[in-house]
Amino acid sequence: MSTDAVLYDHPGPRARARNRIFTVVFGVLLLALLYWVYKKFDEKGQWAATLWKPFTQGSTWTDYILPGLQHTLEAAAVAMVLSLAFGVIFSVGRLSDHWWLRIPSGVVVEFFRAVPLLLLMFFIFFGVPFVTQQPMSNFWAVVISLTLYNGSVLAEAFRAGVRAVPIGQSEAAYAIGMRKGQVMSQILIPQAARAMLPVIVSQLVVLVKDTALGYIISYSELLQLGVNNLAANFGNVVQAAMVAAVIYITINATLTGVAGWLGRRTRRSGRAPRAATNGRAVLAGAGDTAAGA
Amino acid sequence: MEVFSDPANRDVYVTGFLWILKLTLASSVCALVLGTLLAAMRVSPVPVLRAFGTAWVNIFRNTPLTLIIFFCYFGLYSTLGFTASNDLELNNYWLGVIGLSVYTAAFVCEAIRSGINTVPAGQAEAARAIGMTFRQTLTMIVLPQAGRAVIAPLGSIFIALSKNATIVGTIGLAESSNAMKDLINSNGNAVFTIFFVFAGTFAVVLIPTGYGFGWLANRLAVKR
Repeated sequence: MSTDAVLYDHPGPRARARNRIFTVVFGVLLLALLYWVYKKFDEKGQWAATLWKPFTQGSTWTDYILPGLQHTLEAAAVAMVLSLAFGVIFSVGRLSDHWWLRIPSGVVVEFFRAVPLLLLMFFIFFGVPFVTQQPMSNFWAVVISLTLYNGSVLAEAFRAGVRAVPIGQSEAAYAIGMRKGQVMSQILIPQAARAMLPVIVSQLVVLVKDTALGYIISYSELLQLGVNNLAANFGNVVQAAMVAAVIYITINATLTGVAGWLGRRTRRSGRAPRAATNGRAVLAGAGDTAAGA
Repeated sequence: MEVFSDPANRDVYVTGFLWILKLTLASSVCALVLGTLLAAMRVSPVPVLRAFGTAWVNIFRNTPLTLIIFFCYFGLYSTLGFTASNDLELNNYWLGVIGLSVYTAAFVCEAIRSGINTVPAGQAEAARAIGMTFRQTLTMIVLPQAGRAVIAPLGSIFIALSKNATIVGTIGLAESSNAMKDLINSNGNAVFTIFFVFAGTFAVVLIPTGYGFGWLANRLAVKR
């Protein structure tokens, strides 16, 4: 099927003329909006060369943006590894045969999924030091809260994946004498991870975006160094935010692209369990709908 | 619990959650309308509209919400001179609603698009065969069926939205996370109580809401 064309007829002369009118009208409206933004920026002197010049100097990048990016990626990488581990452990816990493992795991997962990340981060950064009588490093406040939240979401994803593996897989594994732990670790989890790969990667995109919350507890990540501190020196907060946005979009679009590529690869090999598809659908290839945090 | 026996502290708590409630309600309506429009654009026959929808989704879905709220404040308000209200707090609230809406709309758009994907092609083909236009096909045949398929994903998007509403605190709205921070800083001896009351409020409201959406999705599912 040629992409989305099932929703409308192949355009004839009149439809083509109408589409052209829509194109022109929408294009003019969009350009007018952009021009208005340009004009307003111009009035406020936001296009002044002095505000943009810092981005052509090497020191801006080496002093602010790149260290910020490095801290963002550090926190994201550590939190990714920890939340994947957290997710596996708690999904296995929730699938356990023992109630004393299943219920606490369920409570932990449901609780941390329902609590806003910022609330968690504030508690760990501002609250925990009152109890431990030691200052909390903001790096660990970011990493721990990201791990608890995204780990819980991933635990649910893994659990859904394990339950989607055909029952014959675990029956066959028990039949050849595997133990519960072996069935889980060698048969179910690997297949679940492959089936849930798109969900897992889009959750990791959410994780990368959420490192930006570290800015609020003054962790020196991209938003803190590259926007806040940079703008404090050059007075170009809008410009710095635009550059930071481009960097975030590039990182996350790359991650999403990799996820899509991996997803297509998994589908092609045909070994991963998947939901039965009932015939053709209106839209081909519209998937990927992870709700962002 | 003696922290919350002080009426001043109780007031901080109530005000914080009222802001979250207002932000969630206003933003979810805006995001739903905007997201549906974007989804319609993304499947429309006009290439410019499709490109616009795609660009919107890719830009807003991949930018941290903190940065979008930042833009609303420094770009929309400081530079472009957008003011929704003369009251500073109310103005920040509306800036927050705008930021949350444009961000969430990208997710709503993608959810609805994948909902459209669950509608069998025969439905749209039959609609076209009896002479329906694109708009009729979409609004009378495809979207009503798609809407029932996306209740569960939309539910999790709106739950995420209500949690994301705490991020509006960045531009100085005294919402629940800022309220909790203030209470913790002035009551260092009752840190756990404060956290569990605030987090518990979210959990008590959002966990049943999640199950509610799941139940609704099952009830309204199109049987095929």
